[in-house]
Amino acid sequence: MSAQTSATASEERTSAGAPSRDSGGSLRGMTALFSGPAGRNLGLVIALLLLCVVGLITAGDRFVSFDNMMTILRLASVIGVVSVGMTFVITGGGIDLSVGAIVALSSVWASTIATQTLAADTHWLVMVTTALLVGAACGLVNGTLIAYGRMAPFIVTLAMLAGARGLAEIIAQKRTQVVTVNEFIDVIGGRILGIPVLVIIFAVVAVAGWILLNRTTFGRRTLAVGGNPEAARLAGINVKRHTTLLYVLVGVACGLAAVMLLARTTAGTSTHGMLYELDAIAAVVIGGTLLSGGRGTIVGTVFGVLIFTTLTNVFTLNNLDTSTQAVAKGVIIVVAVLLQQRVAARNGSPP
Amino acid sequence: MGPREIQVTAPEGQEPLLRMSGIVKRFPGVKALDGIDLEVRAGDVHCLLGQNGAGKSTLIKVLAGAHQPDGGTIRWQGDDIRIVNPQDAIDHGIATIYQELDLVDGLTVAENIYLGHERARWGVVARAEANRSAAALLRRLGHPEVAPDIEVGRLSSAGKQIVSMARALSHDAKLIVMDEPSAVLDQEEVARLFGVIRELAAQGVAIVYISHRLEEIREIGDRVTVLKDGRTAATGLAAAETPTSEIIRLMTGRSIEYVFPERSEGQRGETVLEVSGLGRPGEFDDVSFTVAAGEVVGLAGLVGSGRSEILETIYGARKAKAGTVTVAGRRLRAGRVGAAVAAGVGLCPEERKSQALVLHESVARNISLASLGRFARGGFVNRRDERRAADDQVRALDVRPADVQRHVRTLSGGNQQKVVLARWLLRECRVLLLDEPTRGVDVGARSEIYALIRDLAASGIAVVVVSSEIEEVIGLSDRVLVISDGALVHDSPADEIDEHQVLDMVMEGEAA
Ligand SMILES: Nc1ncnc2c1ncn2[C@@H]1O[C@H](COP(=O)(O)OP(=O)(O)OP(=O)(O)O)[C@@H](O)[C@H]1O
Ligand SMILES: [Mg+2]
Repeated sequence: MSAQTSATASEERTSAGAPSRDSGGSLRGMTALFSGPAGRNLGLVIALLLLCVVGLITAGDRFVSFDNMMTILRLASVIGVVSVGMTFVITGGGIDLSVGAIVALSSVWASTIATQTLAADTHWLVMVTTALLVGAACGLVNGTLIAYGRMAPFIVTLAMLAGARGLAEIIAQKRTQVVTVNEFIDVIGGRILGIPVLVIIFAVVAVAGWILLNRTTFGRRTLAVGGNPEAARLAGINVKRHTTLLYVLVGVACGLAAVMLLARTTAGTSTHGMLYELDAIAAVVIGGTLLSGGRGTIVGTVFGVLIFTTLTNVFTLNNLDTSTQAVAKGVIIVVAVLLQQRVAARNGSPP
Repeated sequence: MGPREIQVTAPEGQEPLLRMSGIVKRFPGVKALDGIDLEVRAGDVHCLLGQNGAGKSTLIKVLAGAHQPDGGTIRWQGDDIRIVNPQDAIDHGIATIYQELDLVDGLTVAENIYLGHERARWGVVARAEANRSAAALLRRLGHPEVAPDIEVGRLSSAGKQIVSMARALSHDAKLIVMDEPSAVLDQEEVARLFGVIRELAAQGVAIVYISHRLEEIREIGDRVTVLKDGRTAATGLAAAETPTSEIIRLMTGRSIEYVFPERSEGQRGETVLEVSGLGRPGEFDDVSFTVAAGEVVGLAGLVGSGRSEILETIYGARKAKAGTVTVAGRRLRAGRVGAAVAAGVGLCPEERKSQALVLHESVARNISLASLGRFARGGFVNRRDERRAADDQVRALDVRPADVQRHVRTLSGGNQQKVVLARWLLRECRVLLLDEPTRGVDVGARSEIYALIRDLAASGIAVVVVSSEIEEVIGLSDRVLVISDGALVHDSPADEIDEHQVLDMVMEGEAA
């Protein structure tokens, strides 16, 4: 390289580089703000705070009261438990469209006259166990067909969506089954130190989910299976068994959600859990979990759930109709995902 | 900055085809390119050299429009241009074969070749015509056996490399950039590739050629540019006149004795791995051999001769149709990776990106993936132990940057390869199967890896190595097996055979 070339090069470099360096500086500032464990969810925190400000301005004290906060959390808890389960499946490279249907089936099965009679004679935990087992069984069917039958998760769980809700309708004969086991409602629907048990369950599930995903070999394997199944297989991980377990896990989460719904509504029906699949997937995705698998965040999912529930609450307090609410939801999903992608790109990781 | 060798190369006043000057590219936390200069003339084969992570791939991605530079200028045929995206680069006549293959597995060979510039009539893809011209390109590359209408996902990695090359040729480019095209090719195919490169150069097409196989440079290169830590260490060197030792010194800043470690004599243990009559119709037949504890056995053969398939079958990733695999006296169930893993077999697979790496994850997590159990108590991962073990591996293999928290996808190709190898070195295996362990690794790190493999063997592990470089197979192994056309044609101690004999045997099967 000649001296002359290098001179022109450096001149041009400064002239071409100057403006981009400026924008680079402010962008890096943003990056610093967004990166790091706490800041990664900053976009979500801001979104949630904005919603709260809107709530405060439009509904004032009715929004910020302790009771209203608990209402929001109680509403969030059921879909929250489902979403934590969904986070695992999506992180593991799958999808579960049948969560709502499994919730319905579990709630109906756990509230049949037979189950309730047995529970009344023995212990209310019989209802809980029934719901969890039904959820686990549905998950096992999903997982086995997907992992060992090599069918697409989308198709298998779509079939389960139709099948499980249909079965729920047959069992309940499209009637609402009122829960008569009072201890069940008293315990699950009650409060401990003023905090609804439902909210406590959600908190426990979220913490357990976080530990499972981030601190255990199960979590590591989930990330590997979702990120590169072939690499996971060649590294000696039993990918099929692991995939099956993931669907069983979300099934159990649905069973638990059904228990919580039974306590909150004091009834089991085949219409429980309508459209939960969409709400859960939306919460997971705006939380920052990759829809293609390989990266998942429980904290993000919890924020995603809280954002949607707070939105619903603010709309309800202001007596706005559900259609407007649906539009707002759609906008939030798009904006949140766009924002997440920006942050991810700045952090040197893929969208 | 290192010493600069400046040689006036062309007649005064003749504008080079490409002149990149002062190119700067930053990534979060690293300055990958720190003012690089590169001049390429029409009809020249310009070799770009540098250690793993020196910035070679980043530079050519800037040229290909895949990255936007943070500074510097690109002059193309006398005009200053900005290359805003890959399509723009292609429109200017710059075609690129990337280091990591970028083909769509679900499309056919012809569809991949013409992706983005489909042969179409009134918007309808002219399949027959595309297939015909794709076949012509493949013939020109010396690979008439690659059918234009089969899915790319079914090809071997060498086959995919060939499709990538055909794609670059299909653009009628003035400059073709090749990022380590020879890493997955065997001698024969490299020779064919060089034939095509010479032909292109004679037509006035410029080639930028990246490789870690320094002997190739002298064979094909006209000019050499050496990068070091994101800077130009030397540019425009005449390839024929610069000694290899000088190039290595420019690349690494020190002189490296490029030798294989001593073989350990005598102390061979008992047989650990016994393969007998192993076969998969259409891939390989009746393969039998044994490997003793402490022994390194090398498998030589052409790409597609069945080498990788044999390893994957031993590991259970492919199901054996005939024969048995026995590890320490216990027969493994065919087609079960779990059984092989439980018996202490490890496989470092051929293709790092599709078969080995979890790209979203950190270096540490990728290294620990196959030995998670070692760091776990009651299902909980002890992250401090994990990080420490990963740190040790990263230091031993000289992964750069030496930061185990980085995402694997931000590492350069050669450094990713070291991560894959680290995973299997960390795992305590009885039998270690290594498929192209030094693919894309630079000269400096290579010697380290050879020494590590030797150490492993000395500690009583049975090692099987597959490599396209015959020199590597012979230099590293105690015993050499030659695979030709799916059959085991030779088995002898490594010091009783030389490169030419192996090459002859390998070719014979090809001719038959
Ligand atoms: N997307 C990215 N994000 C962050 N850092 C990156 C990214 N891509 C490359 N780097 C860094 O830039 C540097 C140069 O990488 P590059 O891939 O150009 O090396 P290379 O010379 O091609 O090496 P190799 O011989 O191993 O292929 C490395 O330190 C690498 O870690
Ligand atoms: Mg590279």
